[in-house]
Amino acid sequence: MQDAPQLGRQNTAAPAIELRGISKAFGPVQANKDISISVERGAIHGIVGENGAGKSTLMSILYGFYKADAGEIFIGGERTAIPDSQAAISAGIGMVHQHFKLVENFTVLENVVLGAEDGALLRPSLAKARKLLTELAKEYELNVDPDALIENLSVGHQQRVEILKALYRHADILILDEPTGVLTPAEADHLFRILRNLKNEGKTIILITHKLREIMDVTDTVSVMRRGEMKGTIKTADTSPEDLAERMVGRKVLLQVDKTPAKPGKSVLEVKDLRVTDSKGVVRLKGISFDVRAGEILGIAGVSGNGQSELLEVLGGFETATGDIHINGHPIDLTGKFSDGQSRRAQGIAHVPEDRQREGLIMDFMAWENIAFGYHNDPAYNKNVLLMDNAAIRADTEGKMERFDVRPPNPRLQAKNFSGGNQQKIVLAREIERNPDLLLVGQPTRGVDIGAIEFIHQQIVALRDQGKAILLVSVELEEIMSLSDRIAVMFDGQIMGERLPGETDEKELGLLMAGMNGKAA
Amino acid sequence: MTLMRTFLGAAASLALAATAALADPAIIFDLGGKFDKSFNEAAFTGATRWAEETGGQFREVELQSEAQREQALRRFAESGSNPIVMAGFAFASALETVAPDFPDTKFVIIDMVVDQPNVRSVVFNEHEGSYLVGLLAGMASKTGTVGFVGGMDIPLISKFACGYVQGVKAANPDANVIQNMTGTTPSAWNDPVKGGELTRAQISQGADVVYAAAGGTGLGVLQTAADEGIFSIGVDSNQNHLHPGSVLTSMTKRVDVAVYNAFTEGADLETGFNVLGLSNDGVGYALDEHNDALLNDEMRAAVDAAKAQIISGEISVHDYMSDESCPVM
Amino acid sequence: MDKMPKWADVLLIPFINLLLAFILSGLVILAIGKDPLVAIKTMVEGSFGSTNAWGYTLYYATNYIFTGLAVAIAFHARMFNIGGEGQAAIGGLGVALVCLAVDWPHWTLALPAATIGAAIFGAGWALIPAYLQARRGSHIVITTIMFNFISAALMGYLLVNALKEPGNMAAETRDFPAGAHLPSFHEMLAPFGIEFSKHAPANISFLLALLCCFLFWVLIWRTRLGFAIRSFGHSETAARYAGISPTKIIMISMMISGALAGLMAINNVMGESERLILNSVEGAGFIGIAVALMGRSHPVGVFLAALLFGFLTQGGAELQLWENIPRELVVVIQALVILFTGALDNMVRAPVERLFLKFKKRVA
Repeated sequence: MQDAPQLGRQNTAAPAIELRGISKAFGPVQANKDISISVERGAIHGIVGENGAGKSTLMSILYGFYKADAGEIFIGGERTAIPDSQAAISAGIGMVHQHFKLVENFTVLENVVLGAEDGALLRPSLAKARKLLTELAKEYELNVDPDALIENLSVGHQQRVEILKALYRHADILILDEPTGVLTPAEADHLFRILRNLKNEGKTIILITHKLREIMDVTDTVSVMRRGEMKGTIKTADTSPEDLAERMVGRKVLLQVDKTPAKPGKSVLEVKDLRVTDSKGVVRLKGISFDVRAGEILGIAGVSGNGQSELLEVLGGFETATGDIHINGHPIDLTGKFSDGQSRRAQGIAHVPEDRQREGLIMDFMAWENIAFGYHNDPAYNKNVLLMDNAAIRADTEGKMERFDVRPPNPRLQAKNFSGGNQQKIVLAREIERNPDLLLVGQPTRGVDIGAIEFIHQQIVALRDQGKAILLVSVELEEIMSLSDRIAVMFDGQIMGERLPGETDEKELGLLMAGMNGKAA
Repeated sequence: MTLMRTFLGAAASLALAATAALADPAIIFDLGGKFDKSFNEAAFTGATRWAEETGGQFREVELQSEAQREQALRRFAESGSNPIVMAGFAFASALETVAPDFPDTKFVIIDMVVDQPNVRSVVFNEHEGSYLVGLLAGMASKTGTVGFVGGMDIPLISKFACGYVQGVKAANPDANVIQNMTGTTPSAWNDPVKGGELTRAQISQGADVVYAAAGGTGLGVLQTAADEGIFSIGVDSNQNHLHPGSVLTSMTKRVDVAVYNAFTEGADLETGFNVLGLSNDGVGYALDEHNDALLNDEMRAAVDAAKAQIISGEISVHDYMSDESCPVM
Repeated sequence: MDKMPKWADVLLIPFINLLLAFILSGLVILAIGKDPLVAIKTMVEGSFGSTNAWGYTLYYATNYIFTGLAVAIAFHARMFNIGGEGQAAIGGLGVALVCLAVDWPHWTLALPAATIGAAIFGAGWALIPAYLQARRGSHIVITTIMFNFISAALMGYLLVNALKEPGNMAAETRDFPAGAHLPSFHEMLAPFGIEFSKHAPANISFLLALLCCFLFWVLIWRTRLGFAIRSFGHSETAARYAGISPTKIIMISMMISGALAGLMAINNVMGESERLILNSVEGAGFIGIAVALMGRSHPVGVFLAALLFGFLTQGGAELQLWENIPRELVVVIQALVILFTGALDNMVRAPVERLFLKFKKRVA
């Protein structure tokens, strides 16, 4: 209580937000169990927890998307009912969603005003908003061109528009849901500066994230959630990433990957002058070249949308390209006429795709069907020319689930009913146990709980130690830094440079990710 | 007036049919439904007239599916309805199989011949009636070009067309007859919009008399002809009143009379081949106050003479269906 | 993990839907001054009360099984095949050509040949929309609808100009040779001493339909092709990742769909009318959509739903015959069933789910 900064215009010492005994169940799943939390006015408060810990549910209740089964909400000390987001807005709560809710072909100004127009005529609202926007830009470093179309803005700027939208609606409490997921490190730093400025003006900020480093950097207090329960609120100064991780998972977690130096062998994958133009005519890959050798992990860093996805799709056999790719010295077809995902697999390429929910798995399929997915032509999975051997697949699945610690180990459970981490383990089990020469891994730990991250990283390193080549694509710089033996940074369809993890730092990589190629030293 | 009567008749028949007793007559309408403004409706009118005049009751059903033809026939026969009238040539094969199973029941099929001892087959000499209206069309036409709009493209309609052309050529050997069929599916019987379009197209080619043998589609033909100020010729029932001054005449085909007669004769009706032609007024051309001014004496004399000659056999109008060809087309 | 038990999902919800549809239909019947209880009695007796009634109900159900399976297999590949009507009509053409080409000595020879003819013609008719979807991105719903119209025009043309027997008024082929006559239930059951109505149109095609249900199940849940079809249907991006060709799956699943729709002609053309008539499909292709939706694209569900719609068709005919309920109203009743089981499914589902949750909580 004594830490709460006393604000001139607010004499009350009541917390900005207080939740008491919030519970919410979705069917048999208890998403929030008797959660109480208090956020001081003018503080940046972090909420951490693994996927499915109930962070998003809690915030959705606060923002009026869900109705709590039990519990009370106090805003500024007053008990407030929030039946819908309109009520949340009038209570001074603003939310910046993970996926922006902006109208792409409207201008910044129009987006800010949209839904908060003063009268039937647009002109006065727009003029008012323009004035306010200029003030806010000065005050908080929230500069955005008011007349720019959203679709022409960078992700970082779009996020600023979301913040402006909330401020335009007089938000005193700002909730940000995983705000840095799509930002470069520089953009993230800028965002944090904005947040600090807002805090200094007396705004209260709730930051939901799974990145422990951000919590440590920017928050004043942090609440940890695990399996729908609140596991306590601590001052950030009194904790450490290791401590937070342990609280989140409920056991000790290794945040650093344990690995020996790589012993690179012969070149497995050679890529020369690879170019991809998508169906809309946009050039996605502008002639990239690199190679991956046996026994090493090549990490591709970069903000998402800079060509990494297309690179994986070409290698995985479901995107066409021009250029030249050799695997184990054999050329592979890039036209798509003579090859597909099946022939790539036959050539020894396994692929853990970036988006496991849309690519790697079929969410409505049972685990055993997903284990056969992509390998359904494998003779071991078929009784004869006609019929599949479902029993054999299920038996194989049971083994894989045990070896990869998939929980619950039930082959008949649909993929959508597993947690993110266990879904990813199913994909990994399927791909790694094929004993590939080259493993493509995209975003291996996106949306995966910390406990599973550890396991997944160990598996990838173990495969490397067996002398396999691994191409790792991740937007998480930390992951790239800790797993890779070599790092290539992609920006705008090009490779901006290659670095060794020991000889670079996040700052330099961040510059490369932003397209700046001036090496500091 | 007629509409009112139809409604009253329908209401009466609905109310009565629920309590219909054994040996009441029955009628089965074809897939087009009994309010198709054409064939089925004419049959319904005949049945209703019988019910009104005699106070009798009858059973009825409108088919929904081909498989129901035999089903409906059989169920009515089993329940004792007698006679059972079916409106439409499509019943032929169903009747072929059902009739022998119910030798004591009398069946009447209209527009088709089924050779069974307990079946009366009623056919109309549409070619003769069409010849007469064709004659009138040929005489009325100033451009020397007349039109024909058929409904569904089936031999029966070609029979109309062929008779019509023969009549036109008898009046004016150099005349040009434009022929169009509305379609090849049953929906062609009920597409007045397309009927109007075809008429307009024929007018643009010079036609100034158009004969519609197309069921509900014909209403569009008659309407367009009236709008464009040319003559039209109606079909089946007397349609002269629809557009007085524009409808030159109508080729009447008395399906209602066939049904009325069958119901009146009841279970004792005579079976066999029953041809309704010019001689027994089964077909003809309509003359009433609505087209009195349109037909001059010369035309009346010519058409009456032709009628007499056909009845006497002096003129033989070729029947398209006898050999599926038409010598003048 | 599911929100409610499977039996509720599969049985209870359709049952409530049906009940609602029938209650509403009852009100409509009441509104035109008839007794709904008499009406339902007429329908049930007329469709299940005698072997003759069963014969008609199963005959219609056989049609709907074929078209329902056709729509269902396309659903598994997330294709909405609205063209069952046209594919069944063209399938009928295949049957007619096969049956008329040879003076068949016995049905055991004619049936397999006609089956192949129906399947090839139906599949061929589905092939063009499938190709346009797979290669040109033309939406399958639009193209299959258009192909229904094209098939109607084509059949009309062929029946009037090419296939019609000279001298016959109706646009229909001549009767098939006696050797192409399929055994009816009466003939099939007589050797076992079971008396079945001689005149009901149900025939051996019903067994063919059951066989197709079984093969459908094997194909979808036991073969690699079925696995690929389901994968593609659930997620096209995932299928591409796995190396399953969208083009191939669209083409193959649509061709199987068209073949199944075409097989319907074995029942109505070869089994019932024994000649090809115009407009022989009579909307069964569209009923198939409702059947597949209600049957959840599972062969058992399709079978049950087809039986229901067979009952509605036959019961509706009886309603018209004996109660003088106009056929338009019978169509209204059928439409209500489709509306409640298909379109308004979620209206019932949500409250029932909530009820189950409440109940569960109280028990827990």
